[in-house]
Amino acid sequence: MKDFLQSLNKAFDNRIRLGIMSALMANESMDFKTLKSLLDITDGNLASHIKALEKEEFIEVQKSFIGRKPHTSYKATKAGSTAFQEHINALEQLINHQLKQ
Amino acid sequence: MEKDYRKDISEIRSMMERSSRFISLSGLSGVMAGFYALIAAFIAFRIAYTFETIEYQDVLIRNVRGKKFELVLIALSTLALATVTGAILTKKKARKHDMPSWDNNAKKLVINLLIPLLAGGVIVVIFYQYGLIRLIAPMTLVFYGLGLINASHYTYRDIRLLGISEVLLGLLACIFTGYGLLFWSIGFGLLHIIYGAAMYFKYER
Repeated sequence: MKDFLQSLNKAFDNRIRLGIMSALMANESMDFKTLKSLLDITDGNLASHIKALEKEEFIEVQKSFIGRKPHTSYKATKAGSTAFQEHINALEQLINHQLKQ
Repeated sequence: MEKDYRKDISEIRSMMERSSRFISLSGLSGVMAGFYALIAAFIAFRIAYTFETIEYQDVLIRNVRGKKFELVLIALSTLALATVTGAILTKKKARKHDMPSWDNNAKKLVINLLIPLLAGGVIVVIFYQYGLIRLIAPMTLVFYGLGLINASHYTYRDIRLLGISEVLLGLLACIFTGYGLLFWSIGFGLLHIIYGAAMYFKYER
């Protein structure tokens, strides 16, 4: 039991960060506005969780211009994808363990 | 440590699902498109058909050729009306749920719908040139169905079932040629109303 818990990633302990990461795994990239409406949270709340994931280098920011408007979108890094996969594997093992008990 | 990790799994699943599909598509726009199609089919019937000619292909084909501008005009106005209504209703639904009404998934949806649809459009024109008029209505149904199946990866899965129904109906229409308008009314009218209403009650109520 303990081993499984250790392999869970602290960064994904929070459900919003888990949500951001899930969306970025399913899509090549996503912008701030879309993430915000999907998660139904405030700008500040989303920004702080994004910053946390950025600090872990699990996601990266892509700045570009659409016409003259600056456009910010986010993308999962390779390290982020791997960490997320490992996290899911750990979750799976943990649930299997819970079900056996 | 008694946290329920199953909730984490369902959050992951829901986010992956919702983020990769365009879910602002309104079921009501399907219902409206269906009604427009039925009205258009009725007008087309009054223009090109008479009750004596429904069995007689030669007369029918001559009628279709003679009235082609009127018929194409009806078809295009129906398409335009259905598209505009769909866009307005979808925008309304998106605003209600504070979702973007035009995003990457919507773009992919439209492009993937258009690829088979444009191919079908070209084939229909070629068939017309060769005088294969009886295969035009069946072909539009088949290619529209293929377009829907293609587009269904980026929106509700129900659209896939609608697409399969349209393809089957189109193939059936290939066998029973001469009833093109009837099959058209079922495919673009009835099926849209049924599926649109089902989606409305499933997702918007």
